[in-house]
Amino acid sequence: MKDKADLVIIGGGVIGLSLAYHLAKMGFTDVVVLEQGFLCFGASGRNGGGVRQQWSTEENIRLMQESVRMFKALSIETGYNLWFRQGGYLFLARDPETATGLESTIKLQNRCGVPTRLVSPTQASKIVHGLNTDGVEICAFNPTDGVLFPFPALWGMAKVASDLGVEINTFTRVTDIAAKGRQIVKVVTDKGSIATNRVVNAAGAWSVQIAKMLGVELPNKPYRHEILILEPTKPFLNPMVSDLSNGLYFSQTMRGEICGGVSNPDEKSSMDTGASFDFLRRMSSAMVAVLPKLASLKVMRTWAGFYDETPDGNPILGRVNQIDGFIQLNGFGGHGFMMAPAIGKMAAQWILRKANHQIFSKYDLARFDRGETERETFVIG
Amino acid sequence: MAKTIVCHCEDVTLEDLKEAFEAGYRDLESLKRYTGFATGLCQGKGCTAHVARMLSSLKGGDDVVSDPPRTRPLLHPTPAARFAGQTRFAGQNSSSKSCDEEES
Ligand SMILES: Cc1cc2nc3c(=O)[nH]c(=O)nc-3n(C[C@H](O)[C@H](O)[C@H](O)COP(=O)(O)OP(=O)(O)OC[C@H]3O[C@@H](n4cnc5c(N)ncnc54)[C@H](O)[C@@H]3O)c2cc1C
Repeated sequence: MKDKADLVIIGGGVIGLSLAYHLAKMGFTDVVVLEQGFLCFGASGRNGGGVRQQWSTEENIRLMQESVRMFKALSIETGYNLWFRQGGYLFLARDPETATGLESTIKLQNRCGVPTRLVSPTQASKIVHGLNTDGVEICAFNPTDGVLFPFPALWGMAKVASDLGVEINTFTRVTDIAAKGRQIVKVVTDKGSIATNRVVNAAGAWSVQIAKMLGVELPNKPYRHEILILEPTKPFLNPMVSDLSNGLYFSQTMRGEICGGVSNPDEKSSMDTGASFDFLRRMSSAMVAVLPKLASLKVMRTWAGFYDETPDGNPILGRVNQIDGFIQLNGFGGHGFMMAPAIGKMAAQWILRKANHQIFSKYDLARFDRGETERETFVIG
Repeated sequence: MAKTIVCHCEDVTLEDLKEAFEAGYRDLESLKRYTGFATGLCQGKGCTAHVARMLSSLKGGDDVVSDPPRTRPLLHPTPAARFAGQTRFAGQNSSSKSCDEEES
C-alpha cells in the first residue's frame, strides 16, 4: 500500500469508485481507494439495480438522465457487461392524491425531455401481462428507465481506474483520520497509514463514523432494507413495477430472476443486515397482489443492505466548514446507484477545478444549518 | 474436453473459477458474484465448501478460507404464495419453469 497520496477515497462502493474512475480518466491518478470489505460489500452490491428518471425535482431528473446516458456507454468503456436493459418503470397510483402528484411530476419530467406518460390501468396491463389493476387509479410509465447488474459496474470502474494507476485496496479498514487544526494529515488503516491532505468520505451508511474521526457530525441515519430474489423463469417482465401505495418494487433480471423489495415504515435505524420473516410475508403478499402469477415462483434468497438516509432525502456533497479538504459524497438513500455516474464525473471535475457545479454548494452539509432544504418526494422503499 | 462442474445449479466449472481467480477475484464473496456459483436453487449448499477448498489451494494451501457468504433464508426454495397466505402451489417441487404455465 502507498504511504502517501494526493487524495484518499474512503469507500469502494459505486460512489467512491465512480469518482476514482472519472478522476483517473481525467489524468489524476495519485489516488487511493480504501474499502473495508470486498467490492460490492456495501449497499452498492446489495441493491435492486433500478435506474429511473421519474423524479419530482429537476435536479434529480437531470442527474438520472445524464447517468442513463453514461450507463449506456459504461459496458463498452470498461469491458464489463452491466446488462443494462431499458424496459421502463411502471408506477401504480391507487389514490387521487398520488395520481394528481404523478400528473405534475410527469409535466416536469417531460419538460426535461423524459418521455414519461400517464397510462390507464387497461393500458398498463398490456405493458405487464397479468397485472392486477384492481384499485389502481392511474399509472406512470417511462420506457427509457431500466435495470442493470450492480456488480460489473463496480468491477468495471475499479478495473479501469486501477489500470490507469489508482490504487484500490480492499479488505482495508480506515480506523482513524489524523488532523492538525483544520488540516488533514493522514488516514490510518488496519494495514498502515497514508499521508494525505484530502479525503473523500464515500463510506455510505458508515459515513457518520468516518466523519466522527474528524469531529464532524453528519445527520445521516442507516436503515436496513431487505430484498429478495425469486427463481429464474423465461423473460416475460419488461419494466420495473412499483406500487406507490406501499413502496413495492420488482423487476426481472437478465438471468430471469424476479428481484425486489417493499417499504417497511416500521423499520428503525440500525446497522443490522439480518433477515426477517416479516419482510418475506409482506413482500410476497404485496408482489402477488400486483402480479398474481408470481405466486408459483419460489423465493430463493433474501438479503439486506443499508439506505444511508439524510433528513431531506438528498445526498450530502462537497466541503464541510470545520476541516479543509474533507469532501462528502454520502447520504444517497435508496437511489445512489442510479446517479453514481453523473455524481462521480461532476465530483471529479469539481475536485480538479475543471467545473464549478452548483450541486456541491447546494447539497453541502451546512444546508441544514441554513435551512435550505428541498425534499424529493418520489422516493421508494 | 472434459469439464469439472463445481456448482451444479449454475453450471460453474473449475475452469470458470480458476479464470475468475486469475482475473483477481480471490475471496469467496467476489468469486460468488463473478462466477455465479452458489446463486442457484441450492444457494451454495452443494458447492461452497468445494470452492473454499479450491480457493485455499490456489492461494498456496496455507490460507484457510473461513469467510463463507452469510447463510440467509430460505433454507429451501418455497413458492411466494406460501408467504402471501395462499395455499396454492403447496406441494410444488419442480424448478425451471415459466410462471405463465403454472398459472393455468
Ligand atoms: C435493498 C436495496 C435496494 C436498493 N435499490 C436501489 C436501486 O434500485 N437503484 C438505486 O439507484 N439505488 C438503490 N439502492 C441504494 C444504493 O444501493 C445506494 O444508494 C448506493 O449503493 C450507495 O453507494 P455508496 O458508494 O454511497 O455506498 P456503499 O456501496 O455502501 O459503499 C460504501 C463503502 O464504504 C465502505 N466503508 C465503510 N466504512 C469503511 C471504513 N472504515 N474503511 C474502509 N471502507 C469503509 C463500506 O464497506 C462500503 O463498501 C438500494 C439499496 C438497498 C440497500
